[in-house]
Amino acid sequence: MKIEEQTTIVIGVEHLIGRVEQFRKGGYRLVQLNCSKIGEQFEINYCFEREYRFENIRIVIDFETEVPSISGMYWGAFVYENEMHDLYGVAVKGMNIDFQGNFIRTSVQYPFRNPSFQGEGPCQEK
Amino acid sequence: MTYLKRSPWIIHYDASSCNGCDIEVLACLTPMYDIERFGIVNTGNPKHADVFVVTGSINEQNKAVIKNIYDQIPNPKVVVAVGICATSGGVFRECYNVCGGIDKIIPVDVYVPGCAARPESIIDGIVKSLGILEEKRLKMKNPDTGQSSTVGRK
Amino acid sequence: MSRKIVIPFGPQHPVLPEPIHLDLVLEDETVVDVIPSIGYIHRGLETLVAKREFTEYVYIAERTCGICSFIHGLTYCQGVEQIMDLEVPPRAHYLRTIWSEYSRLHSHLLWLGLFADAMGFENLFMNSWRLREFVLDILEETTGGRVIQGSCKIGGVRKDISNEKLASMAADLKGFEAELSDLSDVFLHDDSVKSRLVDVGKLTRTDAYDLGAMGPVARGSGVGIDLRKTGYAAYRDLRFEPVTETAGDSYARCAVRVRELFGSIDLIRQAIEKIPEGDIEVKVKGNPDGEYFSRSEQPRGELVHYLKANGSKHLVRSRIRTPTLTNIPPLVKMLQGCELADVPVIVLSIDPCIGCTER
Ligand code: SF4
Repeated sequence: MKIEEQTTIVIGVEHLIGRVEQFRKGGYRLVQLNCSKIGEQFEINYCFEREYRFENIRIVIDFETEVPSISGMYWGAFVYENEMHDLYGVAVKGMNIDFQGNFIRTSVQYPFRNPSFQGEGPCQEK
Repeated sequence: MTYLKRSPWIIHYDASSCNGCDIEVLACLTPMYDIERFGIVNTGNPKHADVFVVTGSINEQNKAVIKNIYDQIPNPKVVVAVGICATSGGVFRECYNVCGGIDKIIPVDVYVPGCAARPESIIDGIVKSLGILEEKRLKMKNPDTGQSSTVGRK
Repeated sequence: MSRKIVIPFGPQHPVLPEPIHLDLVLEDETVVDVIPSIGYIHRGLETLVAKREFTEYVYIAERTCGICSFIHGLTYCQGVEQIMDLEVPPRAHYLRTIWSEYSRLHSHLLWLGLFADAMGFENLFMNSWRLREFVLDILEETTGGRVIQGSCKIGGVRKDISNEKLASMAADLKGFEAELSDLSDVFLHDDSVKSRLVDVGKLTRTDAYDLGAMGPVARGSGVGIDLRKTGYAAYRDLRFEPVTETAGDSYARCAVRVRELFGSIDLIRQAIEKIPEGDIEVKVKGNPDGEYFSRSEQPRGELVHYLKANGSKHLVRSRIRTPTLTNIPPLVKMLQGCELADVPVIVLSIDPCIGCTER
């Protein structure tokens, strides 16, 4: 049984701000942003909800493309944008609170770009 | 050990645990398990502590913090690693940010297994560590005779 | 104008069970700005999807957080089921609901205890945790685990609860409820508790909505969002209304949680009454292919598991957006302008769960 309908619309980066503005005007709340690495590209999802209606817009970009920050419209977006930057190295332009890569402090730079694993052998080599 | 001569104080630090073991350590303090009946008191200050209880595994961020707390605890001291994460890294041992068990950076005296470790076994582990603490204390007192571990017991 | 100073708060602070770090910018005793920074318990567990098959990843999902572990497992399983179009048997849905509500009881009682401790009310802390053991005992009897249950799996649940046990669980709730009302009286009516909470850490309704507050933080400010209303698991068959308060201060958030405890008891009763007979799982065939944003209501607010699969045994991406992360911006707003001495209470009033947040 489907719990809810979820729509995803893929748009270009240049239309991002306009679309987000529409959501903002329509009284939607920001659910989350997230980045995934699919092949050699990043997929960034922007999820919104209003009265339990879930809508998602997506941009697909290269590693180098700069993304405009939406924290001007949704003040709380800075947590997600900083996280995206720290884990994937997405360049986000114009964040209201920019931690300069210190929001989530990780042992390697941009760890989710090429996840590495350890401890393949026995747990404890002494 | 039939009775305790001293009132050991513990300090608890949450390394990168999932909280499961943390809340079980806290549960030990509450009326159901009541670790205070052994005279064991939870403290926030490393300089007051005898027993260092660590939950969760080591990661890059907290390496220095744990080492620091360990160094601040006066001798003799014992370390109890609670949960499988603290023992070896557990389910997270492959994660890039996890370095492994606590024994990678500080010596561990007692390992408490379980995911999450049960309060009963945590208490058991802490009580065990008290025996080791006593041995260490005696060793410190008369370093040449080595351990006369029977003295501390009844 | 007085000089501004920065005080670091955390990572190891007595009122914080977990490490979080805040830089508080102060002018005299008033906080003017707050800069949160996290990462002390970041593990990077989302990357493990590449290492674990999608059926095994349930265990990792559950260990995102030890407090709401059951709901993490449920949300993950639900996401995979939605992608694969699996029809979970109704009895499994009901069992999931019952366990979710017990988890909520245990989480809220845990929080009430910690909150009392932050106010310096030790007796109340002990009493909340004593009551919580009742809930943990039931979880342990029915699933086998106290805090990490491991009873949810893709396609259903791992264990059934016998009808006799269900009946005795329903009967035991009575005594529990009575004890709970004594406890809640203290939280809601005691003068010393009120003096610490009323008008502390205000969050207006508009701010709460705009900043993306969820769960009791939003409901304490009058925003009645409760993801259980989307009707996942068996919630579509049960009657309940989101609990809201309008004041938006720490007292309101506390009151929401206290009232939700009774709401959970009611939901458990309804679920036990209505639970149908039948299977508890379906067989899982093949691999998932597709994507889904699986959402559920945790004790702390909305949880989102974003899952993307490509038809292989390993998911391509799992992203866990936990309620504490979305409650951080409202926290920053609440702290601006408060007194330094109130910081611990306000931080705790959002019920931060850092293990979840940093994953
Ligand atoms: S051992 Fe298990 S319960 Fe304990 S911190 Fe690790 S994952 Fe969590």
